[in-house]
Amino acid sequence: MAEVALHNVKKRFDEVDAVRGVSLQIPDKEFVVLVGPSGCGKSTTLRMIAGLEEVTSGDIVIGGDVVNDVPPKDRDIAMVFQNYALYPHMTVFENMSFGLKLRRIPKPEIKARVEKAAKILDITDLLGRRPKQLSGGQRQRVAMGRAIVRNPKVFLFDEPLSNLDAKLRVQMRTEIKRVHQQVKTTTVYVTHDQVEAMTLADRVVVMNDGRIDQVGTPHELYHRPKTRFVAGFIGSPAMNFLPTRIEQNGEGLIVRLSEALAFPIPATHTQRYRASVGKDLVFGLRPEHITEPRGEARDPRCEFTVTLDVVEPMGMETMVFYTVNATEICARVEPSAASGPGQPMRLYANLNHMHLIDPATDLVL
Amino acid sequence: MTAQAIVAGQPRAAAGASLRRSRRWALIASYFFLILFAIFFLTPPYYMIITSLKSDAEVAHLATNPWIISNGVTLEQYRLLFQGTDFLIYFKNTVIVTLCVVAITMVVSVLAAFSLSRMRFWGSGILATGIFLTYLVPDTLLFIPLFQIVRWLGLLNSYWSMVLVYPTLTVPFCTWIMIGYFQSIPKELDEAALIDGAGHLQMLLKIFIPVALPGIIAATIFAFTVSWAAFVYPIAFLFSADQQVLTVGTVTSLIKADVYKWGMLMAGALVAAAPPLIVYAFLMDYYIAGLTAGATKG
Repeated sequence: MAEVALHNVKKRFDEVDAVRGVSLQIPDKEFVVLVGPSGCGKSTTLRMIAGLEEVTSGDIVIGGDVVNDVPPKDRDIAMVFQNYALYPHMTVFENMSFGLKLRRIPKPEIKARVEKAAKILDITDLLGRRPKQLSGGQRQRVAMGRAIVRNPKVFLFDEPLSNLDAKLRVQMRTEIKRVHQQVKTTTVYVTHDQVEAMTLADRVVVMNDGRIDQVGTPHELYHRPKTRFVAGFIGSPAMNFLPTRIEQNGEGLIVRLSEALAFPIPATHTQRYRASVGKDLVFGLRPEHITEPRGEARDPRCEFTVTLDVVEPMGMETMVFYTVNATEICARVEPSAASGPGQPMRLYANLNHMHLIDPATDLVL
Repeated sequence: MTAQAIVAGQPRAAAGASLRRSRRWALIASYFFLILFAIFFLTPPYYMIITSLKSDAEVAHLATNPWIISNGVTLEQYRLLFQGTDFLIYFKNTVIVTLCVVAITMVVSVLAAFSLSRMRFWGSGILATGIFLTYLVPDTLLFIPLFQIVRWLGLLNSYWSMVLVYPTLTVPFCTWIMIGYFQSIPKELDEAALIDGAGHLQMLLKIFIPVALPGIIAATIFAFTVSWAAFVYPIAFLFSADQQVLTVGTVTSLIKADVYKWGMLMAGALVAAAPPLIVYAFLMDYYIAGLTAGATKG
């Protein structure tokens, strides 16, 4: 087991900058998830850690050694691929033991290690089968087994659940977390699914356009995003954004969203936003913080009435959509409180969770 | 079952009947044409077998029916072929040449295809196309410059020159088949092998060759067929009987001016055709799987 560090790592493919200077410290035993939209450089970063792509500039350090010029087999890493990449002509046992055989580990030890890993993953019954005879979930388990038996310094996962159906994906997500809790190997996991990132990670690294936008625990990213991109990317449905202007209102401040719609900024936030009075900003509030009026401590001035456009019942909650200044806004309400499409509904914006973004820098104030 | 379901079931049964009828007609047509084809293609081998089992007198007698054996079956033609001609020398030469050509072809084309499809290097795409283009030059054109080369090497009238020149026909095509096959193997498989600790040679031997086995067998059969059946090169480069191969040797030794030894010719052609027939019979499924690989493999 080992820590992994990236120092200003860059990757250029011909004319395209795929990764534009990524620096990251991953302590021993940590589970880090790289998340971002497709083309953000997350997979390239992972492949550079694996040694499958050369680094254009910068350093990759595994267990204290710079490994830029070390071939993949000598980096002591194991990787799980999106399409499993099992050897089709080998049985599950042979697939899992292939790497050990190449490393000339004695046969009895190979057998013991494979059996132990198979037990962890509950695939002991499948050891004699070939990949073709396995379901998607079983193949994914075998791919993980192949990584576990090697007992490497670092696990690398490249969108391992993207090929599975929704139900199996949730199941395997739990499985991956359970395996990590058992073997505690440093893990770098790439996904474009922010729910996967939030549920699995000790720390999430949000990447955008070849750079790291923010690194933090799932809680930090959700509650204290640093950029508009992170604010919009983390959370489902995404955060609502509206152009706004901060106005002075006696001692307090108000956030004005339209001629008719303005909310008082909570006293706890006024100090932070006082310098922004009069500036054009973007107001951000998550759907879960726009609800039917609820909570004893709510400020009645933050209640407002809208006409609903679309209503989406989800079971335990209902999404309602309406427009403010031609921008669609989503709110999450109690199913019993939701009115129908075209009907008016009373809503409440919990501004304790509001964000203000400077549109010039896209940074959260 | 509800009344509605029963009513709904009737048109479906009618549709099923018409489907069955159209299937029957399709089958009848298929059988008709397949039988026609089988007769068309099996007539020459049948004629060969019949003729090879006749005596010279019966073959020469114009009044007998050529499609049946009237005067009794005889193995005389085979005995004469093996004992009275150099047929066995031709056979031995052909086996040596073919085994060498297949071995050279497979080693060269598997290695070439692996490097062209997997090791990204400058000009690999152009090289791959270039290799295929060389296959488009017919051997009837190539044999003139090749004659110069073979003479320069001092290999004229030696069957080892065949070992040298046949690969100019087999290597390009086999490389092309193998490139297609290797490219259908997902890239992640080599990456997994790299991470597992395999070098390029181990990757080729332990992953690529086993996974691409149908393609390799298809290429092997192709190389075997080409070098077993080649005619232009041996007739141009080989003159003496002790160096001759089956295709040319059988014809030159059994046709003297306008005298055709039909019985022995047919016997020789049959024995010469046996090895490819046996190889095809055992490996046909692999051959088809290999040639149609790129079509369905994701």
